[in-house]
Amino acid sequence: MSFFKVENLGIRFGGVVAVDKVGFEVKRGECYTIIGPNGAGKTTIFNLIGQIYPATSGKLFFLDKELNNLAPHQVAALGIARTFQNIELFEHATVLQNLLIGRHRHRKTALWQELLYTPSVRTAELAQREAVEKVIDFLELAKVRDSLVAGLPYGVRKVVELGRALATEPKLLLLDEPSSGLNPEETDDMAFWIEDIKRHLGVTVLMVEHDMNLVSRVSDRVLALNLGTVIAEGTPAEVQAHPAVIEAYLGKAA
Amino acid sequence: MRFIFKTDYAQDLRLAKHGGHLFWYGLLGLLLLAAPWWSSEYVMSQLHFICIYSIVGFGLMILTGFTGQVSLGHAAFLAVGAYTEALMQAAGVPFAISISCAAIFSAIAGIVIGLPALRLKGIYLAIATLAFGVVVEEIITRWTKLTGGNEGKHLKPVEILGWKLESDAEFYYLCLALTVLCCLACINLLRSPTGRAFVAIRDSEISASCMGVNLAKYKTMAFAISAALTGVGGALYAHKLAFISPEQFTLFQSIELLTIVILGGIGFLHGAVLGAAFIIVLPQLISIGKGWLPEGMAPSGLQAVVFGLILILFIIFEPLGLYGRWLKVRTYFELFPFYRKGMFRRQKSYMKSERLR
Repeated sequence: MSFFKVENLGIRFGGVVAVDKVGFEVKRGECYTIIGPNGAGKTTIFNLIGQIYPATSGKLFFLDKELNNLAPHQVAALGIARTFQNIELFEHATVLQNLLIGRHRHRKTALWQELLYTPSVRTAELAQREAVEKVIDFLELAKVRDSLVAGLPYGVRKVVELGRALATEPKLLLLDEPSSGLNPEETDDMAFWIEDIKRHLGVTVLMVEHDMNLVSRVSDRVLALNLGTVIAEGTPAEVQAHPAVIEAYLGKAA
Repeated sequence: MRFIFKTDYAQDLRLAKHGGHLFWYGLLGLLLLAAPWWSSEYVMSQLHFICIYSIVGFGLMILTGFTGQVSLGHAAFLAVGAYTEALMQAAGVPFAISISCAAIFSAIAGIVIGLPALRLKGIYLAIATLAFGVVVEEIITRWTKLTGGNEGKHLKPVEILGWKLESDAEFYYLCLALTVLCCLACINLLRSPTGRAFVAIRDSEISASCMGVNLAKYKTMAFAISAALTGVGGALYAHKLAFISPEQFTLFQSIELLTIVILGGIGFLHGAVLGAAFIIVLPQLISIGKGWLPEGMAPSGLQAVVFGLILILFIIFEPLGLYGRWLKVRTYFELFPFYRKGMFRRQKSYMKSERLR
């Protein structure tokens, strides 16, 4: 049984072929990274996995279940969580509330119980809170727990978003450029956390990233894309040395 | 300045976070319970309206303030509630059942308008709900067999288990009890997963759906709950006026309801009550003000002008509404003398390229 598999994936927006015949497989417990120049179709692949866009061709499998034609919330319910390149947090809620929304797929109470706030809702809320506090401890977010997201600096928001994805207790975590907009120290912290997420929490990570330093530190395998097609796959060192990758980033020698 | 020392997660689930809450809300409760003794007949009548509009305000606040779906057709839900109550009372149905039916029928109407609303956002949703409001108003006018058309419907006073609520005070206690119940239901909803899902939809639909929130289900639910509360308000409204006709459920009524939540403070339940109180008291203040103006200087359209002016001023200078203003004043005194001017200013959100709008 494969953990996560993409076969012959493609999408076109009118005449633009954004992703074309992309296929790869992610093994359980690894960190798999997709790299490529701007506009290579990396984020589009994430949106295809999350069923934000319906794929024009190809199939996606998670634990042998086909993802095509599911709604985004159904994909989330299977245990796939993601972060966004430009941060999509719930701005007018506190950090704690943001992380609690991450617990949504573990919701157990019915609407009538919530309207009356029955003891079962209370118990469930306390359990959710405890699960969220574990994430807060893990990412050291305790001091911003009760701050509104709208007032937080970019670097902290990035971590909060990672926390929100972790609060869903995912099996597969999609990270869209976790280091974009972070300073070198924050990027360093991010690298540690990604390794910990992989090792200690046992979550498989699929990542889109530009920072090759971070990529070679945390990834087991790398896939390079250019103009929507796969140009190389292998270990970080192999891909970095691949002639097609160098050409995609630097251009051909004259 | 108060600092709350937290030792337990259960502390964050409590309704009253500290002694101050207990004291002030307790005092307010006592004051409201004693209202029939301290208030005149006129004030009593205003309190009826404030309660009724608060319930409707809660409904609209859930939808617009917390789920981020604008509605310009809430008068329609008010009408469904009011006419359900009128017709069922005429048919001799007990009050407990008729007011529940008012809520249920309004909720169904809410689901009906909620379904197309799933595909509409922002201004387009406002137009769709506006159209819905006009359609319902037209149906009420034309379906004379059921609603009596422009001749309207008369209602008798509420009767609960043989006890007729004929006096103002009795009806007031009914309104107050229902307002408190609706308020508690809203608070409970907002501090549980459903309420958080609503806020998630308001702030970012795409990431709400990626967190596992079923957008279609929760948006429809928001419409249904909002409409149900408005329906309850509508039933009380019908009893308060004792006579209902299509003229009470026009577009202007919808706008007035939306004004309640905007003036009160969008995104705060307190805002619904403050907004309701404001909108009821304002016409009174205007007519007092008219007395001060010299003869011939008080045009008949003064109320509309003042209403519009206040709305514009609020949107420009205090988008957080009356409750937001109160929060600022309170913070000023709590932190005195360390309050800074920009404390409530929020950073612009970062570029939203993935909003898919």
